[in-house]
Amino acid sequence: MRIKLRIWRQAGPDAPGAMQTYQLDNVSEKMSFLEMLDMLNEQLTAQDIEPVAFDHDCREGICGMCGVVIDGSAHGRYNSAVPTTTCQLHMRSFADGAVIDVEPWRAGAFPVIKDLVVDRKAFDRVIQAGGYISVNTGSAPDAHATPAPKRQSEKAFDNATCIGCGACVAACPNGSGMLFTSAKITHLAMLPQGQPERALRVKAMVAAHDAAGFGGCTNIGECASVCPKQIPLASIGQLNRDLIASLFKGDGK
Amino acid sequence: MSATETRDAASSYFTVGAEIHDSKAPAGPIERKWQTRQFEAKLVNPANRRKLTVIMVGTGLAGGAAAATLGEAGYNVLNFCYQDSPRRAHSIAAQGGINAAKNYRNDNDSVQRLFYDTVKGGDYRARETNVYRLAEVSANIIDQCVAQGVPFAREYGGLLDTRSFGGVQVQRTFYARGQTGQQLLIGAYQALERQVKAGTVQMHTRHEMVELIVVDGRARGIVTRDMVTGAVEPWFGDAVVLATGGYGNVFFLSTNAMGCNVTANWRAHRKGAYFGNPCYTQIHPTCIPVHGDTQSKLTLMSESLRNDGRIWVPKQAEDCDKDPRQIPEQDRDYYLERIYPAFGNLVPRDIASRQAKNVCDEGRGVGPAVAEVDHDGNPRHVRRGVYLDFSDAIGRLGRDAVAARYGNLFDMYAQITGENPYETPMRIYPAVHYAMGGLWVDYDLMSSIPGLYVTGEANFSDHGANRLGASALMQGLSDGYFVLPNTINDYLASGPFPAIDPSHPEAAEAVESAQARIDRLLSVKGSRSVDSFHKELGTIMWEYCGMERNERGLMTAIEKIRDLRQQFWNDVKVTGRSQDLNQALERAGRLADFMELAELMCVDALHRRESCGGHFRSESQTEDGEALRHDDEFAYVAAWEYTGEGAKPILHREPLVYEFIELKQRSYK
Repeated sequence: MRIKLRIWRQAGPDAPGAMQTYQLDNVSEKMSFLEMLDMLNEQLTAQDIEPVAFDHDCREGICGMCGVVIDGSAHGRYNSAVPTTTCQLHMRSFADGAVIDVEPWRAGAFPVIKDLVVDRKAFDRVIQAGGYISVNTGSAPDAHATPAPKRQSEKAFDNATCIGCGACVAACPNGSGMLFTSAKITHLAMLPQGQPERALRVKAMVAAHDAAGFGGCTNIGECASVCPKQIPLASIGQLNRDLIASLFKGDGK
Repeated sequence: MSATETRDAASSYFTVGAEIHDSKAPAGPIERKWQTRQFEAKLVNPANRRKLTVIMVGTGLAGGAAAATLGEAGYNVLNFCYQDSPRRAHSIAAQGGINAAKNYRNDNDSVQRLFYDTVKGGDYRARETNVYRLAEVSANIIDQCVAQGVPFAREYGGLLDTRSFGGVQVQRTFYARGQTGQQLLIGAYQALERQVKAGTVQMHTRHEMVELIVVDGRARGIVTRDMVTGAVEPWFGDAVVLATGGYGNVFFLSTNAMGCNVTANWRAHRKGAYFGNPCYTQIHPTCIPVHGDTQSKLTLMSESLRNDGRIWVPKQAEDCDKDPRQIPEQDRDYYLERIYPAFGNLVPRDIASRQAKNVCDEGRGVGPAVAEVDHDGNPRHVRRGVYLDFSDAIGRLGRDAVAARYGNLFDMYAQITGENPYETPMRIYPAVHYAMGGLWVDYDLMSSIPGLYVTGEANFSDHGANRLGASALMQGLSDGYFVLPNTINDYLASGPFPAIDPSHPEAAEAVESAQARIDRLLSVKGSRSVDSFHKELGTIMWEYCGMERNERGLMTAIEKIRDLRQQFWNDVKVTGRSQDLNQALERAGRLADFMELAELMCVDALHRRESCGGHFRSESQTEDGEALRHDDEFAYVAAWEYTGEGAKPILHREPLVYEFIELKQRSYK
């Protein structure tokens, strides 16, 4: 395959950025999208041009480190037949001769560090605000002390599969991190262990979400459509229900 | 060549030092040792803990769990990771499950049985005392994780489900679909972020450890490179913990994440920490094969697939190009079922892997031929793949039942290969997966440098020569939540140690040498990319120090590695600057350390003239071609001491004494 890439190049957080065009020949359809970028970087290195910086790690779709906007959709969701992370997108999804646009996540809460690399620390701050159950090591009761109904447990799991990649934020016209936040809220709200802090948690996490610079949710649904782990929009509904319910409780502010 | 000459050939690569006879495990019956150690350990008054700083490198199960736990205890923790968030550590990719001796199934499980299975699975090359403790604390891990909100699989009654895993006879594996590692890591990450919020843990992401600081014989700090600004700076504490994972990426292609590296461990090794059993690496049989020269990593599929899939290759090499569905039954060789009628496709990982290699070496592999070097160093192309066929299972159980059991794995395979595994047999091939070797530690998980602790995959301690399935997560969390937080107090009780600042000669030297190394990498300005060297190193290691090793090959490998290292320092091309986000520079630094480790791995493999677990020496096999141990000569841990670049390492043997378990030969026929 021969492809033409138009890639966002930006030297640093405060440097101006621009799309640069590169031609790449001998691309195999068996290559993953990131292997194609590796190939480009080898070519650039040979030409004494600095390679394109991009985040990636496990390349198995589970660590959440990779993520770029491809042809306008996060992780190239609209180039793929199934929900995907960037690392699991393969070149067979593109036509020979394709022109492919590659850009970083664009959101107020995720400033660009360099090229396609962005800063997602805002997600960690949302979790710090309450995305946990307060239990010190060693103080846990026996695992079977509290049964958890299977249906709720499965729902907790579905939400706990969030990989924190940030595609939801990149896809949202408001730059909202609500799908991410609601996945954690729903995960912990569905388990008996998550009940004592439930009201406190939702108030604190929503406040941290807003403070981190994410936009508000207006129920557009772009987030869920690109989510590689298929976190449903209904999780935001769960968050809203919990938030309203929490206003009638004294926990937190 | 006589036996004596053989010995001389190996021994010319190293010298022998003092044996290690005291791993600091307390005396007494094995089931009392851990309690005794906990009781005898010196403690630190809760009010004094905030005056003590622990440097923790890594945020996976072993690092994240320990950082959170030490933070809860009140210590001041500085935690570092190379990723952009602690939640991305590679523990996240573990699929299968976590073992624990809960005996919830009422199926004869116990601490004793988990202990026994782990020692046997490690082919009798693990230290009894550490493994017993691992089995002992395994049950607490499940309790802790459930309390944190880890959504383990449950039965309709609301209690936890378990399954059988890794060829043992009890159902002790707890799991969260095929994403157990992810769920356990998120649990540890949440506990960690709670401590970040509480101010006990200071998190430094996108920071890579590039040097260890040793002052007056104690580990007192590290040097990191800020991967965004390029700043090289020292950090000081009263103890240092490395929870930095395994070194499988020395093979270039492995199931490890792209960033997994040995740099932290290797830097510590160079400063005096012994490296234990570096040649013990695990090759996992059910991975998706290499597709071509541009492959960057390999993907593992859970070995549960072997429960219903049948593994075969064509009997005739001429059939290897054909559509597998057109190859009639009588022309197929179900080689595992043929060679091991009792265990069939369920033989342990090391055996399944080696037999796949054998049939491909015979020219009967399937799929695209990939470039490699043969044992004489000549380039060749070989098909590296065998079929994993579900057509029988689909016929017997129906497509829906197969989809219910393995659907997520089939989807993953389809997404990566573009082939539909319900229609055509999957192709699989072994890939490097886990490092049983690692920095040598004592019973307290302290390395040979006082104040330097090593946890999880980064240490050598619990899996001997082969790791059982679902045991890596168990060890990471055991070390992180329960072992280290109980043993490190004993050391910290002697602190706080005298304050040091960046002007201290040892600290200044560490910073300067780290920066000098970075500058040197950038100044070569050669003609070859970092990856081209890494691929070449991987090719050497895979051919000579992979699934099968022999003396001539290992000696060849050592020569080739030395040559390659020289070429690297003369001809590598690292673009960009030091004071910037520079991924080529990051990879170059890691590769430089991998190239030094690679030689030590080969020396270790060369000196161990026996086959055990994942280490198969072709000279040491039974008449049937199975691994043959030599307990009289090699029942010891090889702990290697660094003596300088190009100088021979010193071998310290730690004899393995089996007081509670009888040594036996494994058999699966």
